[in-house]
Amino acid sequence: MSRGTVIDLCYLVAAIGFILALKGLSSPKRARAGNLLAAGGMALAIGVTFAEPDLGHIDLILIAMVVGIAIGVPAARLVKMTAMPQMVAAFNGVGGGAAAVVSITEFIGADTKLVATYKVLEVVFGVLVGAVSFAGSALAFVKLQELMTTRPVTYPAQQLINAMVGLAALGIIVAILVTSSTALLWVLLALALVLGVIFVLPIGGADVPVLISLLNSFTGIAVAASGFTLNSNVLVVGGTLVGASGMLLTRMMSVAMGRSLPNILFSAFGSVITATGATEGPGGRSVRAGTPEDVGTLLAYSRKVVIVPGYGLAVAQAQHAAKELADALRARGVDVFYAIHPVAGRMPGHMNVLLAEANVPYEELKEMDDANPEMATADVALVVGANDTVNPSARNMPGSPIYGMPIIDADQAHNIVFLKRSMRPGFAGIDNDLLYDPKTTMLFGDAKDTLQKLVAAVNKA
Amino acid sequence: MTNGLLELFTIFVLSGFVGFEVISKVPSILHTPLMSGSNAIHGVILVGSMVVLGSAHTGPEEALGFIAVVLATLNVVGGFVVTDRMLNMFKPRQSAPASSGPAEPEVAEKPPADGGAA
Repeated sequence: MSRGTVIDLCYLVAAIGFILALKGLSSPKRARAGNLLAAGGMALAIGVTFAEPDLGHIDLILIAMVVGIAIGVPAARLVKMTAMPQMVAAFNGVGGGAAAVVSITEFIGADTKLVATYKVLEVVFGVLVGAVSFAGSALAFVKLQELMTTRPVTYPAQQLINAMVGLAALGIIVAILVTSSTALLWVLLALALVLGVIFVLPIGGADVPVLISLLNSFTGIAVAASGFTLNSNVLVVGGTLVGASGMLLTRMMSVAMGRSLPNILFSAFGSVITATGATEGPGGRSVRAGTPEDVGTLLAYSRKVVIVPGYGLAVAQAQHAAKELADALRARGVDVFYAIHPVAGRMPGHMNVLLAEANVPYEELKEMDDANPEMATADVALVVGANDTVNPSARNMPGSPIYGMPIIDADQAHNIVFLKRSMRPGFAGIDNDLLYDPKTTMLFGDAKDTLQKLVAAVNKA
Repeated sequence: MTNGLLELFTIFVLSGFVGFEVISKVPSILHTPLMSGSNAIHGVILVGSMVVLGSAHTGPEEALGFIAVVLATLNVVGGFVVTDRMLNMFKPRQSAPASSGPAEPEVAEKPPADGGAA
């Protein structure tokens, strides 16, 4: 066998690794092995690339890799689990950026006069999608990190301006196809970056996770386009796998939120809310605030307690305190489980990851569909830092922006206890009637603090 | 359309179907790790970045190739490390707290805590 054949076979093995890795990630038991398999496939693909016959600048390649590792490993290791979504956004963005740069560089290096039109098309596509993914992910990072408002950003004639930029990009693409001009490719890159930003600006914070999944899929497609340009099978396989599975995952997430993808992307969800929220206003209605002691006693003498965690729990790093409370209650013979909304936290499955970090056994986490039938028999629904995912207006208020989103039926429990920092509305920016329900007790304050007080109260009761 | 292009296109189409099929049964609990894991997989652009830098002839090409390798390396290592950290928390537990009942939770949960620390 020639060296080229061996290299290609190794790429094939790597591609199989990627496929089996995605398969492994579908089960909690095999997920970790799946990830290691993907990493192994990646190591093989990278290692064998060094054996490519015409590969020069090996010193530069190694230096660049060391730089990437020196930044990437500490960043990935030190980031808090709560900040995971923006980290995924960041690592996705750099991938899209790399794909765009690869396509540009290949275009510059080639003798453009001799390049076939379909080759130029591949380059243009890789640059466009990669740059949109890069800029979009960067802005998603900024939003999730709350460096800017998480509300949708709107401006006059937004749709029109966006359409104009899109059309301009299309015009440039046609011009590049005709002229093969490098200068125009840079213009396209700039336009694509602008497109990425204006694409993400009107998307509200609550929808950003779905957006990241979509951008992840985009990056996959950009990588596949680079694979076409470079005639690389492994790039096409890897990129397309992510592109296709990412699309499906994005769809699953929008379904979990009860909304269609176009609705999420183009409706500027949240901007309407300020208008409707103002007319109702929380002003006139009163809530019942309780003390940790009262609630502790209530919990201690309950038969069944359901903990409904939300992003507030994550922010307060209260997952360990929540587990302590659950343990204390269980020691008294109370039936306790966690009801997990599919989009609790900032990403689907985010809450599961956080609770797993606190060593909460997998078996105690119930997904929404399993938890809801049990809510009517629960003595207490303890809502820790969640809001939108238990808002009954999703069920009974057709005008509400979250109408149709499946929720945890906390309102059906005999008692509802909200642990919240304030009366501020949730991420979606809408008022929650459940807070004013006569069955509801509010415990204001930091979730971790309050939970620890509850543990003390339960132990005394 | 050349045969080479057709070959790549075939791979592209089939990979698309495989990508749809393999994740169609993922429980929502694993959506975040899956997103993160597939995020690491598109880091395979590192292979392309290496090839581009490795065949660079001019200064600008070298500079761009260098940037591409740095970005792609970030994507690969960051993606895998983050995913591994997430999945590390889904470690199977030796005891079965669900079946041992609520009577003795303290006893049931000690061993996995030790196992996790080891």
